[in-house]
Formats: sequence, structure tokens, C-alpha cells
Amino acid sequence: MMSLVIAGRELRTLFLSPLAWSILGVIQVILAYMFLAQLEYYSMMQARIAGMEDAPGITDMLVAPLFGNAGVILMLVTPLLTMRLISEERRNKTLSFLFTAPVSMTGIVLGKYLGVFGFMLIMVGMIVLMPLSLLAGGGLDMGKLAACTLALVLLLGSFSALGLYLSALADQPTVAAVATFGALLLLWIIDWLGSAAGQAVASWSTCPCCAIMKVCSRGWFRPPIWPISCCSLPPSWY
Amino acid sequence: MHSEDESVTFPALQGNRWPACRGIRYLLNTLYLRENTLLMQLINVEQLCRYYGDQCAVDHVSFTLEKGEILGFLGPNGAGKSSTMQMITGNLAPTSGQILINGIDILDQPREAKRALGYLPEIPPVYRELTVDEYLDYSARLHEVSPSHVKKSRDQAKERCGLSEVGERLIGNLSKGYQQRVGIAQAILHSPAVIILDEPTVGLDPLQIREIRALIRDLGREHAIILSTHILPEVQESCTRVQIIHKGRLVLNDSIEGLTQQMRASSLVLQTRSPIETRDLTDVPGVHTLELLEATRCRVYHDKTVNPAEQLAERVVSRGWGLIELTPERRSMEEIFIDITQHTTTTSEEMTS
Repeated sequence: MMSLVIAGRELRTLFLSPLAWSILGVIQVILAYMFLAQLEYYSMMQARIAGMEDAPGITDMLVAPLFGNAGVILMLVTPLLTMRLISEERRNKTLSFLFTAPVSMTGIVLGKYLGVFGFMLIMVGMIVLMPLSLLAGGGLDMGKLAACTLALVLLLGSFSALGLYLSALADQPTVAAVATFGALLLLWIIDWLGSAAGQAVASWSTCPCCAIMKVCSRGWFRPPIWPISCCSLPPSWY
Repeated sequence: MHSEDESVTFPALQGNRWPACRGIRYLLNTLYLRENTLLMQLINVEQLCRYYGDQCAVDHVSFTLEKGEILGFLGPNGAGKSSTMQMITGNLAPTSGQILINGIDILDQPREAKRALGYLPEIPPVYRELTVDEYLDYSARLHEVSPSHVKKSRDQAKERCGLSEVGERLIGNLSKGYQQRVGIAQAILHSPAVIILDEPTVGLDPLQIREIRALIRDLGREHAIILSTHILPEVQESCTRVQIIHKGRLVLNDSIEGLTQQMRASSLVLQTRSPIETRDLTDVPGVHTLELLEATRCRVYHDKTVNPAEQLAERVVSRGWGLIELTPERRSMEEIFIDITQHTTTTSEEMTS
């Protein structure tokens, strides 16, 4: 109950600063660009795919890559959102305000987590709108879309948890941001190495990035945009 | 047949139950009374210790505070005032010792104990990006004020702290004094039994200081208040009890009357027009010794219990020396404070003996 009060304030404070709005805006623009590029690629490939046996559908070609991209980009953005959760309160000496209130430690941490997770949900909601817009012109594999959404939500949940933990350890928000970014990057590199070296390091690649890919790609279809190529991709497609 | 049985047994049963009922009522009564005496003691601190590494910040501090008392907590910088307050409010874990707030152990049941607490730390814990109203609403809900009472208690706290006109403004844009008031408002908002204020008048102008002192005295009637400060007159003006802490030890724990008693010095200054014959004054009852400062001015040391001023005046007038001045000398609170804090070693030895 008290956690919800803390979460509500956390969410409202996020939207009081320009940070939340700019993050939402920038992410939407970048992902929309990638989505449109992918759409262009799909319409080019459509004729060729049509001839294939067991051809990938529009959901496989468009939605899975979109969510894969979102996972990578949000990995870069999460540290910015989680860095100030507890370290800033400690720095501004407002933490004693929470400590004096009749709220348990679990309540405080849960409140902070739910606050930032709520923001993540809003972000996922905005991202899901893009594939849903395809419904205007055709059908989607809703089951696959739901699986992708769930995977992204779980991924962001784990990112937030890691960020919150490091924010609780750090004295300064920037230190928390750098530590979170480093930890997430390390997970991503492990995943990347795992996929690059085939199955050699496969036992390592149990990280969340990997999990989302498995959910999205049904095992046989590896979206071309996964890991580093995501930035250099659009030119190389054409 | 069945109903007849019932009508016979029921009154009989009732009769049998009577003694048992009385027993239970007696038990409840004693429990209630016990609870009541416990409730009177709003703060009970026992053998509180805190070490930072090897350094001892708070050393076996014990005291109790009852409803209606305002305790002034004095001490030089780094004496352990803030550490003690942080421990009482559950912001710092004690190395050893026990703290009961309203009869509840804050270490065992922190949530229950904290319901009765209001705390203003040294730096007011305000969120600069919120307005005063938003912040106080948040504080009220965090302290479990029921939703229907949030607005009422917020307005009341604002009125008491003189914040009625700045409700819509961002806390970050307010002056230091107003931020301090917001901090006080959040501490008293939910009307806690125990209010703990760490240097509440820092950064306020003289007019605001007077208002806040009046507020503290007002609150002191229904709550127990601990107040830490460097400003000695503040303690004299608003507190009912004084504690001086030095190097983590409690070196003085007295009521304000006791302190005034200590401040009442045992000397008088006497000035006359013509020179004083000290021999003529030594036999005045209560007078110990006389110290001649000038030919016409002397200091008279006397018993603490007897005030010889009246007899001295009579004697001087009857000798025809021409009485110009007769003033009791008072030790200021500063002097007592410096005296105690600079001679801690001797004081603590006295305390242990």
C-alpha cells in the first residue's frame, strides 16, 4: 500500500523533469525510424518471400526485430532512469524522510521499483503501438506480438532491478549510471559473444538479452539487426 | 421439555460466571493501568551506544521523556546530538542499547514505533521539484493519514508553520527559512506523539524564530518534543528539560528549574558612595566572605539558600555609607555550558562516584 504511494510519487517526479519526456520522445523517434526501414525492407522482399516454403510472416519480419532493437536501445537508456532512484535521495538527505515514515525497507525498495517499472510499461505501451498500427492494413500474429511484449517487459524489469540495486549502493547518481551501464553492457557482450561463437560460449549466454531473442525468434529466425549491426544496418540493407 | 431445561440452567450459569467476569475485568484493568504508565513515557532510551569504527560517538546514553515535556539537547559540534536523534528516529542503527517509542521497541517493530514519530533532520528532507502542497500531501499519505483527512491536516500544518501563502510554490524556489518551515510542517503534520527537531531554528530570521518557539511551546502541551540546538537562550525559553551531551556522554540531565537554580549565583555586588568597612558586614547572617573590588565597591559571597541582600541594605543605610548599587550576580547559561563541557572528565568522575 505504502509502496504504491512511493511508486506514484516516483512516477510523477519523473514526468516533472524533462528527462522522462525526452527519453520517451527520442526512443519513439529512433524506433519509428528503424520500424519504417524494416517495413521498407519487407515490402521489397515480399515478392521473394512469397515464393518460399514456410515463409516468415509479417510479424516475424517486423515485430521481432523491432522488439530486439528496443531491448538494445533501452539498455542504453535504463541507467539514466534508475540512477537517481536512491542515490539522489541519499545525496539530498531526503532518504531520512522515508526512513522516518512507517514504511519498511522492503516497502521503500518495492515502491521505487514499481515507480520506474511503471515508466517502463508506459514506454513499452508506446512501442507496441507501432506494430499495432499495421492492423490498419493487414493482420498480425497476436500471440507472437504478445510474446514479444512480455519478453520486453520482463527484460526491462530485470534492467530496472539491476539499476535500482546499483543506485542503492552508489553515493552519486552518475556513479550509479556508469555502474548500471557497465553491468548491462557486460551482459550484452556475453550474449553477443555467445551468438557470434556459435555454441562455444552458449552456456554463458543465459542473460536476459538472449532470453528475449529466443522468445521472439522461435529459434530459427535470427533477426538481421541483432547486436552491433543495429546502428549500421539501414545502409547495408539496400 | 427442552425449553424448560434451558430456562432452569441459564440463570444458574450466569450466576456462576460472575466471579470469572470480575477476574477478567480486574486483569484488564491492571493491564490498562500498566499500559497507561508505559504510555506516559513516550521516549525511553536505555544504554544507547554507537561506534563509528573505533570512535565512540554515543556512549551509554539513557533518558526518558514524558508527554508534555520539551527536552533541549545541547552540546558542542560533534558531541553526538545528531547521532542520538538519528538512532531514536530509526535512521541509524545503534551498536547497542534499547529505544522505546511510545512503549514500542523501534528495533523490533520499526513500523509501529515510527507511526508515533515526527522528525526534522539537520537538513530539511524536502523534494525541491515538488510544490509545498504536493510535498505535504505525500508526507501525510506516507504517514498513514486517512485520505479524507489529508487535506485538513495539511492545511492545519501549513497554518501552524506560516506556510499558507506558499502552498502552490515549488520548494526549490523557496528561501532557506521557508524550506526549514516546510521541514517542520512535515514533522508535525500527522500529529505524532513524539516530535524530534534537529536545530529547527537554523536559517530563520528573528521574527520567524519567535514564531517557531511559540509553536514548539504550543506543541509541547500535547506531545513530547526533543529539540537540539546551539542557541542557549532558546533552551531557556522553550524547553522544560535540558540535557547536555559531550563527547557522546550525557553530562547534565536536569529540569529547567534545576538549571535556573544552578544559575542563581551566590554573590552580590555592593556599591556605596563612601568607602566600605568590610569588618562591619561580615556578621550579616548568610555572608561568607567579602572581596573589596574598589574602596566603594565590593563583592559579597553568601550561602545559596540565604539571600542577605535585605540585611546588607539595612546595614549599609544604618552606617550612612549611601547605597548606590546592590545586584545579585548570575551565572549565564553559557558559563554553565562551558563549565560542564570543559570539565567533563571531572564531571563524569563525579557521576560515576
